[in-house]
Amino acid sequence: MAYQKSYEEINEKIKRGEAVVVTAEEVIDIVAEKGVAQAAREIDVVTTGTFGPMCSSGAFINFGHSKPRIKMKKVWLNGVEAYGGLAAVDAYIGAAQLPDNDPENNVYPGRFTYGGGHVIHDLVARKEVRLEAIAYGTDCYPNKQVDTIITLDDVNEAFIFNPRNAYQNYNCAVNLGDRTLYTYMGILKPRIGNASYSTSGQLSPLLNDPHYKTIGVGTRIFLGGGIGYVAWNGTQHHPNVLRGENGVPKVTAGTLAVIGDLKQMDPNWLVGLSYIGYGATMAVGIGIPIPILDEEMLLYTAVKDEDIYCPVVDFHEGYPYSKPIDLGFANFKELKSGRIEINGKSVVTTSQSSYPRARQIAAILKQWIQKGDFELSRPVAPLPSAEANIDFKSIPERKPDGNGLSGRNRR
Amino acid sequence: MKNKLVCYFSAAQSEQPVVYRLIKNYDLIINILKADINPQKEGYLVIEVEGERDKYEAGVSFMKSMGIIVDPLSETVLWDEQICIQCGACASFCPTEALAIDRESMMVSFDNAKCVVCGMCLDCCPTRAIKLHFEIKEAV
Repeated sequence: MAYQKSYEEINEKIKRGEAVVVTAEEVIDIVAEKGVAQAAREIDVVTTGTFGPMCSSGAFINFGHSKPRIKMKKVWLNGVEAYGGLAAVDAYIGAAQLPDNDPENNVYPGRFTYGGGHVIHDLVARKEVRLEAIAYGTDCYPNKQVDTIITLDDVNEAFIFNPRNAYQNYNCAVNLGDRTLYTYMGILKPRIGNASYSTSGQLSPLLNDPHYKTIGVGTRIFLGGGIGYVAWNGTQHHPNVLRGENGVPKVTAGTLAVIGDLKQMDPNWLVGLSYIGYGATMAVGIGIPIPILDEEMLLYTAVKDEDIYCPVVDFHEGYPYSKPIDLGFANFKELKSGRIEINGKSVVTTSQSSYPRARQIAAILKQWIQKGDFELSRPVAPLPSAEANIDFKSIPERKPDGNGLSGRNRR
Repeated sequence: MKNKLVCYFSAAQSEQPVVYRLIKNYDLIINILKADINPQKEGYLVIEVEGERDKYEAGVSFMKSMGIIVDPLSETVLWDEQICIQCGACASFCPTEALAIDRESMMVSFDNAKCVVCGMCLDCCPTRAIKLHFEIKEAV
């Protein structure tokens, strides 16, 4: 019978400071040297990491009450609106939110120098942030306006809740058109002038556990420099896609929704970003430990850049208008080399995700576990797998009738 | 011809419509790149001046005759290693490999000596870690 380890056994070793922890890069050479059977016995945990733009991110904040009390209708942090359609002094600041007076793309391409991601970064950096709120006033909440300065230490709770992070694989973007494009994949030069990619490949969490056998609801993770948890599958989690023989998806697939205490995080790992012509967003640092429960898990974590592929997608017409344009696949080792070949042409590659930072995250997480500061958690529920047959959906095109669909359901 | 100039002026000179004169009397195309005037109304103006050679030279002489100190602009690109997150996007846009990635460490480095100040990197850096720096004298 093949060798097996339990979460409990691994955590016992972590507590004793005896766990053997390696990064998802280091494991590759160890497996090549010692073979799967021996490496699986020796290694307890493999750490992964990724640090890149993740737009579907944000933070819930409870500000505490003003005197008199207020039921905030609209809320702004440094001029960036936070969603206030929650209880009185709760709000959600989204990473991609822009200030109300942002010139956007009116002077194309827009600069997007500040947004929700920058606000979150400033909060974590313990900078002073202006809080403005307006309200209509009620008997229980008479105050109609707040305009003050706060820091992260002044608020009751602040926790990150990111509905879609750590995408399992991502498109490589090119531009088949004749003019420069400004996209969420950065600047794309015309006539396939460059190819832009965004994943940490062999270090990426979900590429090291392609079937979500250990990463599930409740998994403890490195999030933004602090400790967080996988809360749910992320939005657009579509595991039922084309996969290689190694099980690794060849297109975008699984995603994670993650949660964690913002007050414990570090501004180095939550960084506001400005994409010219596109918008503002935030780079999020995520690291996930993978328990080596058996040889199969070890094999997954030993995945190499040369075994990972992603589709080359045109952002001139292919992506924005959902036109099927087949440009083949790019190999991750080649993407990282700085050049790939597309249609017989050598194309320079542009990286959006930081590989050195991903490497650092995997190393930090390894250190936490080795020191006994971070134990592994068994998922309390699995993420939907490929067998769940989740469909890709789009917005339906239907014509609302004269009364308005929303009117029908009104009492 | 076309040149970028830094024009340092005193409070008295700042009252004069210098840019207007350069356009009107010398038929020069003026693009103001940066201006900084302190509360004492002293300061500098960074301009790009374009026009026929004789008119360009006459325009510069006019400014000097007014006591304005005119220096050629020296621009440099500054890469802030503290702000940079090492994504590497800039390197693929740099025509001289001044911004380059070591393919082993995947770390970005900047070699000022190779930089031709084309400015391509300024737009593609999502953290705005790369800035254009105008060499301006401290006091005049």
